[in-house]
Amino acid sequence: MEVLSLLLDGIIACFEPLNLALIFVGVTVGLFIGAMPGLGSVNGVAILLPATFLVPPTSAMIFLAAIYYGAMYGGAISSITLGIPGASTAVATTFDGRPLALKGRADQALVTAAIASFVGGSVANILFTGFAPPLAAVALSFGPPEIFALMLLAFATFVGLGGDDIPKTILSICLGLVLSAVGFDVISGEPRLIFFDITGFMHGINFLVLAIGVYGIGEMLWTINSTRDEITMTDAEITVSRVMAAAKNTLGAWRGTTIGAALGFFVGILPAAGATPGSLMAYGVTKMTAKHPQEYGKGSINGVAAPEAANNSASTGAMLPMVTLGIPGSPTTAVLLGGMVIWGLTPGPRLFTDQPDFVWPLVGSFYVSNLIALVVNLCFIPLFLWMLRMPFTILAPIIFTLSIVGGYAATQDMHDVWLMLIFGLAAFLLRILDYPLAPAVLAIVLGPIAEPTLRQSLLLSDGDPMIFLNRPIAGPITVVALILIFLPALKFGWDRMRQKSA
Amino acid sequence: MALTRRLMMAASAAVVGFAGMTGLAHAWEPNKPIDFVIMAGKGGGADKMARLMQAIVEEEGMSAKPLIPVNKPGGSGAEALVALNTASDPNHTIMVTLNSFFTTPLRQPGLGVDIMTFAPVGRMAEDTFILWVHKDEGINTFEEFLAEAKNRGDGWVMGGTGKNSEDNIITDFLNSNYGLSIKYIPYKGGGAVAKDLAGQQIDSSVNNPSEALGFYESGDVIPLVAFTDERLPLFPDVPTLREKGADFSYFMQRAVVGAPGMSDEALAYYNGLFQKVYDSPKWQEYMTKKSLMGAKLDGPDLKGYWETQRDRHESILKASGAIK
Repeated sequence: MEVLSLLLDGIIACFEPLNLALIFVGVTVGLFIGAMPGLGSVNGVAILLPATFLVPPTSAMIFLAAIYYGAMYGGAISSITLGIPGASTAVATTFDGRPLALKGRADQALVTAAIASFVGGSVANILFTGFAPPLAAVALSFGPPEIFALMLLAFATFVGLGGDDIPKTILSICLGLVLSAVGFDVISGEPRLIFFDITGFMHGINFLVLAIGVYGIGEMLWTINSTRDEITMTDAEITVSRVMAAAKNTLGAWRGTTIGAALGFFVGILPAAGATPGSLMAYGVTKMTAKHPQEYGKGSINGVAAPEAANNSASTGAMLPMVTLGIPGSPTTAVLLGGMVIWGLTPGPRLFTDQPDFVWPLVGSFYVSNLIALVVNLCFIPLFLWMLRMPFTILAPIIFTLSIVGGYAATQDMHDVWLMLIFGLAAFLLRILDYPLAPAVLAIVLGPIAEPTLRQSLLLSDGDPMIFLNRPIAGPITVVALILIFLPALKFGWDRMRQKSA
Repeated sequence: MALTRRLMMAASAAVVGFAGMTGLAHAWEPNKPIDFVIMAGKGGGADKMARLMQAIVEEEGMSAKPLIPVNKPGGSGAEALVALNTASDPNHTIMVTLNSFFTTPLRQPGLGVDIMTFAPVGRMAEDTFILWVHKDEGINTFEEFLAEAKNRGDGWVMGGTGKNSEDNIITDFLNSNYGLSIKYIPYKGGGAVAKDLAGQQIDSSVNNPSEALGFYESGDVIPLVAFTDERLPLFPDVPTLREKGADFSYFMQRAVVGAPGMSDEALAYYNGLFQKVYDSPKWQEYMTKKSLMGAKLDGPDLKGYWETQRDRHESILKASGAIK
């Protein structure tokens, strides 16, 4: 109960005029930063960090957390309306959000995204408030073998989906893994796959460069090709009654929302992971456990709800190791951590006891920011829909420009812009050949986590792969992952047997 | 007419003279935002320090143009070194470095980087290293550590940041000097190492105090020995390795360097800027709190220090077989 009164004090602190104003501004700024392709919460927080010296540390932290929240909501907007992921965390939202928009149900997708985000954020906040110390212990019990097992499970959800063409899915994953290996090897420190000695490859291939190439440029080319010269206008009406109806329909997405909120939080609290893997995994699991997985990718509201609930839940989750262990769970929290150091706070196991005046207003601000972000987001939906009503002949150049700007903004390197255009063209060709591209995007996100942990584990065990099976946490995860990977093969064999007996 | 002309001439002479004077008084100043390259990823020790410096500059209005932090973590700093080596505007490109500044060019001669061509802006501190173990190991002294590590052979695992890095060099020294066969596992950053030691995924670490401080304060990890010349003020009860009879100490430079080809005027400007940062109460407080050591160095003194450090690292890497 002590926690509740501390939390209440924290929430009350957020209603001080300065803090409330900062939350409002932060959420709105974050929403637009998140909606800009290429710019995500990490850029928003990093850019505005020095601006926070004008206010006391607690207010500054509340402001940055509000930007973080706003950006998580905003990422979905361009994913849905334009088909370009607004931030790396919203890539999975394009899978079903864009098809919904093309069907003229953009309002449904946007409302579902907002509500799922709110639910995800709320679930995570409650878990954070109630169980921060024991959950920090969970994060500590995940060493390299456990993290690798989890990554294996993430890949398995994408392979074991059925429906899709499995050899093509595996090829797509391999493509992503090769791209994720470009750059420097962490374990040996040697350069790898630096094509033609171009220095741009040294920093590796940024995940956003691939994602914007595939979903921005590739999608644009695909739409131009598939519509030819008929000018398409997306029907996007918005009225209060439609929003209400959309909100009601969102109840049907409870499954995606629940899976997203739970899985997102769990992946978020593990340092090294963060919201991007969290949202992709939530999408994969929701699709895999669905009754009609073939509906996914064609405009399922569960497919929008799962990644959106997950990325908000994971963002709050990622705050947990930052606040309790001093280790950031995502790039954005790493910058926030830098901010805390600047203000003279030491995040770590003692922060909760040593700095309650800082921690509780921050936690309280998660609740307030989450609510305000929902309201602000819903208010802006008509504006976003207006964007959609533009004919595609006008929209296409806008998408193209935003993609180029977004590709450049991620690393500020022209090399990445060229690379993005190449990826866009390649994605378009692969799509004509009916290759799924989401697995490649998943692989480039998870590859850099999976590879070092695999090699660290094998170093620990002197090359014995049993390390993934004989540890209490890694073991069960690995077994489930292996079953999922071989499920299609088993099913195939089972069907053959049945045919024979019939 | 004549009078006005004379007046005008006098006035213009005064203007020219004034302009010349201000030119002299201000010397060189940046005329656009300064690229502040960080030789490490976001969230690590080097990154936090760089952002603190940026914040001090920003807060105190020390520079007319802002420092824009750019993380270039690729390949133990190789990406950052190449970026500086090929900087299009060396007068507006500076970098925060660690010891990979010495080791990476030695290990990868193909990069074509000669560190002696970099501009010596200022060494802001030297970071220190301590040997840490988890409290549940039941080890409280360096001698107990030696006995247990010897007993377990290559079952004793040391986690550290990167291969052939500072942490690896210290581990190699412990192995060769005390007849141990500790297994070294490279990680991406010091924070991940600290977390895995607290979670007992590894048996020991040689984290910087700033990386392990949180878990030290919560009592999860125990410091055994410091790799410094004198005991650290923050850890007065922790002996140094020198006290234990070994002729070994090891530090990590936390220095700011300018891109090769930086003009002398620009270098003088940055020397002054970072002297102000060093003297600021915030920086001094950070040094005390995070147990940083080392006097401020710049100009030829810093270059001299680089030369010694490069030679030392060359012999260390040769001895370990990392380079020929």
